[in-house]
Amino acid sequence: MTDFNRNPDSYHHWELQIDGEIAHLRMNVNSDFPFKEGYELKLNSYDLGVDMELADAVSRLRFEHPSVKTLVVGSGQERAFCAGANILMLKSSTHPFKVNFCKFTNETRLSLEDYSRHSGVKSICAVNAACAGGGYELALACDEIHLVNDNNSAVSLPEVPLLGVLPGTGGLTRIVDKRKVRRDLADVFCTMAEGLRGKKALKWNFVDAIWPKSKFHAAIDTRAKELAAESKRATGTGIKLDAINAEKTDTGYSYEHVQVVIEGDKRLATITIKGPDGDQPKDGAGYEAKGCNAWAIKAWRELDDALLQLRFDHEECGMVVLQTRGNRDALIQVEKDLVADKDHWLCNEIILLMARVCRRFDLMARSTYAMVDEEACAAGAFLELSMSSDRIYAYDSDKVEMIVGPLSNGSLPMSHGLTRLHNRFLATPEQADKFAKETPTLIAPEIDEQGMCTYLLDPLDWEDDVRMALEERVSMSPDALTGMEASLRFGGAENCDSKIFGRLSAWQNWIFIRPNATGETGALSRYGAPEGAQFDWRRT
Amino acid sequence: MSNVDLEAKIPNNVGLRDNKRLTMALEKWQPKFLEWWQNTGPSDFNQHDIYLRTAIGVGQGGWAHYDYVKMPDYRWGIFLAEGPSDRKIHFGDNIGEACWQEVPGEHRNRLRRLIVTQGDTEPASVEQQRMLGHCCPSLYDLRSLFQVNVEEGRHLWAMVYLLQTHFGADGRDEAEALLDRHSGDEDNPRILEAFNYPVDNWLDFFCFTAFMDRDGKYQLASLAESSFDPLARTTQFMLAEEAYHLQTGENGVGRIIKRTGELMIEGKDPTTVGAIPLDIIQRYVNFWFTGSMDLFGGEDSTNAAEAFAMGLKGRYRESDGIYKDPLALNIGYNLEVPTDEGTVETKEIPLRRAMNSVLQDAYIADCTRIVSRWNRELKKLGVEQEIKLPNRKFNRNQGVCAGYKFNPEGELIDEATWTKMHTTWLPTTADREYVTSCMVKVTELGKFANYIAPPAKGPNDQPIDFEYVKFH
Repeated sequence: MTDFNRNPDSYHHWELQIDGEIAHLRMNVNSDFPFKEGYELKLNSYDLGVDMELADAVSRLRFEHPSVKTLVVGSGQERAFCAGANILMLKSSTHPFKVNFCKFTNETRLSLEDYSRHSGVKSICAVNAACAGGGYELALACDEIHLVNDNNSAVSLPEVPLLGVLPGTGGLTRIVDKRKVRRDLADVFCTMAEGLRGKKALKWNFVDAIWPKSKFHAAIDTRAKELAAESKRATGTGIKLDAINAEKTDTGYSYEHVQVVIEGDKRLATITIKGPDGDQPKDGAGYEAKGCNAWAIKAWRELDDALLQLRFDHEECGMVVLQTRGNRDALIQVEKDLVADKDHWLCNEIILLMARVCRRFDLMARSTYAMVDEEACAAGAFLELSMSSDRIYAYDSDKVEMIVGPLSNGSLPMSHGLTRLHNRFLATPEQADKFAKETPTLIAPEIDEQGMCTYLLDPLDWEDDVRMALEERVSMSPDALTGMEASLRFGGAENCDSKIFGRLSAWQNWIFIRPNATGETGALSRYGAPEGAQFDWRRT
Repeated sequence: MSNVDLEAKIPNNVGLRDNKRLTMALEKWQPKFLEWWQNTGPSDFNQHDIYLRTAIGVGQGGWAHYDYVKMPDYRWGIFLAEGPSDRKIHFGDNIGEACWQEVPGEHRNRLRRLIVTQGDTEPASVEQQRMLGHCCPSLYDLRSLFQVNVEEGRHLWAMVYLLQTHFGADGRDEAEALLDRHSGDEDNPRILEAFNYPVDNWLDFFCFTAFMDRDGKYQLASLAESSFDPLARTTQFMLAEEAYHLQTGENGVGRIIKRTGELMIEGKDPTTVGAIPLDIIQRYVNFWFTGSMDLFGGEDSTNAAEAFAMGLKGRYRESDGIYKDPLALNIGYNLEVPTDEGTVETKEIPLRRAMNSVLQDAYIADCTRIVSRWNRELKKLGVEQEIKLPNRKFNRNQGVCAGYKFNPEGELIDEATWTKMHTTWLPTTADREYVTSCMVKVTELGKFANYIAPPAKGPNDQPIDFEYVKFH
């Protein structure tokens, strides 16, 4: 299994320094520690291992350092801010790995934006030197980009002209949707390998400020303090995040609250997540005291890890079955307590964590079916996971209940901004509003009548129908299913976040497998090779 | 300034009179260049008459016109070497096609970068050397310095000509930026790190011209093969001038070595008479040779492979047909690469990726020749001690050996050995202070500072005691 645990004490590639209200996160990639053999991470280029540390750092900032009010993302190398994803790594990676890598890096950058939007910690990107490709995409994920104006350092997205692919971490979308760069200027920028320096980068709004080298660090410090003064981040006592340890079993993974059973021959993974058991903290102070072992933190971090294991280590498991277990009322009570104290920084962070994990689940390129049987805990955030699934199979029994929880009222939004209730009831938004407001408990026949399940199966049919449904699903083309599911899951309007994933899944992934990129004479294949690329000039 | 004025001020063979776009661009740029020269060129010598060579044409003798001139009045000109109008691309993927007279769109950015990077070094070296005149060892050497400076200025013009003629508005912006960056300026430094340090003593200056300018020669030589014909012809002409700079460096270091040798034979300790011991000279040679090696870029370089494949940069003397395979495909190059296990392995890489290394090979052979000339001089005097060119792996901050420690013989060593030994291999603070203390200003006709021997002959066959610089 892939170990996603990282710790600042043993980072190879980042330095995290907390300086009162300001956190400095400096990229200083150690070229000798690539995630896999076969390439060197030169010029602060990154791979999955580098990004795991970034993801870890952002998580720790959220939970361990509530006193931080501004984040400065910079470089520990004088001659490079960041050269982007390592090209040799991309060249030598399989297509599924590339896609999963890009998706993970996207989720990390969105988490950084979410940290600004919902935790109140704004980020400044201090671009001290060349900033290319994924490096600039990281900058775009920050609230402000400050570039050194030394007539040399440039921001750039050279993917199209140099590699024949697209920036894979939201660069194109963020330029026009987030920064609102005029489309024709964006067109020029994205086809210009060397990018833009100082004044022009500022004039065209690719950066927010430029500074002479001698004033650069002082200017960043000043700005960081200004932003800290404006921050609404509520402070408190941080809690330490312990490593997530799964026991690898013969059939899958076993965590405290999450079990994953892999049936390789059936291309099937069953995730079972358990609700809270025993006493739970009643408020933010209680959570501060209890720390990372509280169910509301640990179970969701475990699920997050399990989803990543499935993505990276079980590519052929095309079908994910979701089972929920536990006491429904206990789960709803945890959510009510969190909502009651949601102005507490830690309650806020816990809800944001749940929201991110639910979105990670939304974005699984796997078919996902939720099973709501007599033992199921289809309540609150677990009901959200069920609604996140492609289908819900419910068992027709009066012991089967669904409870809409207080977080379904917009606290756990999908990538495109809708609640899962609104996404489900696009045609009848009043029903979504009613459910969110009244948080009803539904029993078997109502579940079906109210449109909360795909099938309500008679106990006599349950076993056979479920088996056939799963067998049928896994027999279909995995590519077609991925495309279909991604198209159907996100109804309604798009936003910047959802476009990032949508376009990654569609355009970038298509281009990645086209001969013009990865064929024998494609630009990515030929990058750095003695001979230049040769294209098939037909437009598609 | 009218066309006619500009034409008279700027000797050229590029049809400046009829080139309205270039004329307009230069009308704006030339005053800025003069301002740059006044502010950051040689300090305090602009009012003196210097006996300088000015290029006024590309034909036989045309580029070697000598006369007294005040440096700000120097006629910086624009010249392309003459060549056949139907040159064919002679290496890379487009071999056999006609050379480009205009910049192909797909190579525009890369060519501009190459030209800007090359162009940036030209004014940079003038800035680095601006204080040297104040401690010149002789009028002869002072003149040499200024000759080098004005010609580096002309090389800047050559690159600016290409930018303004072939790269549109962006090219004009880049031409201005070449005057805006300054060597050692914290906020606006020169592009290459090595061009941001002052060269403020004459041993550094001669080593700089012997080694760094020689690197420049090889960079220019690779551009002189370019499929972009104006670039090829411009750099071919620059190479003729560059040869003089290398000569200045080679002879300068040689004369310092000779003087030290003479004193040693006389039984004198050079340090008691203001001359420079061979050990110190060796450390300076080690420093500058290795620093210049870093300017070639990585030994295993995808950039270099692309520049070759596209026909932008060729190998040294590629057009002389000295390489068997002008495509450089399907051949390997054996590169020595240090490993973390403490060994050096020979790794075969595709030849195209090794183009920087191939250029280094030619450069090292050239450096080996100049060092052996210095040693012949020592031998003639009866001195046994020799100057040695260090191994290419020693003291490298760029390329495959960066981050590893090698001794000057090219053996991989550990950190402890390096810490113990490096002061015997590279100039120490004490060395630098001592060399600085030797820098006395000598301006009497025909006289030389005691650390340097007179040259064999003067420029343009003038006597050694000629008044090369007239002070006013």
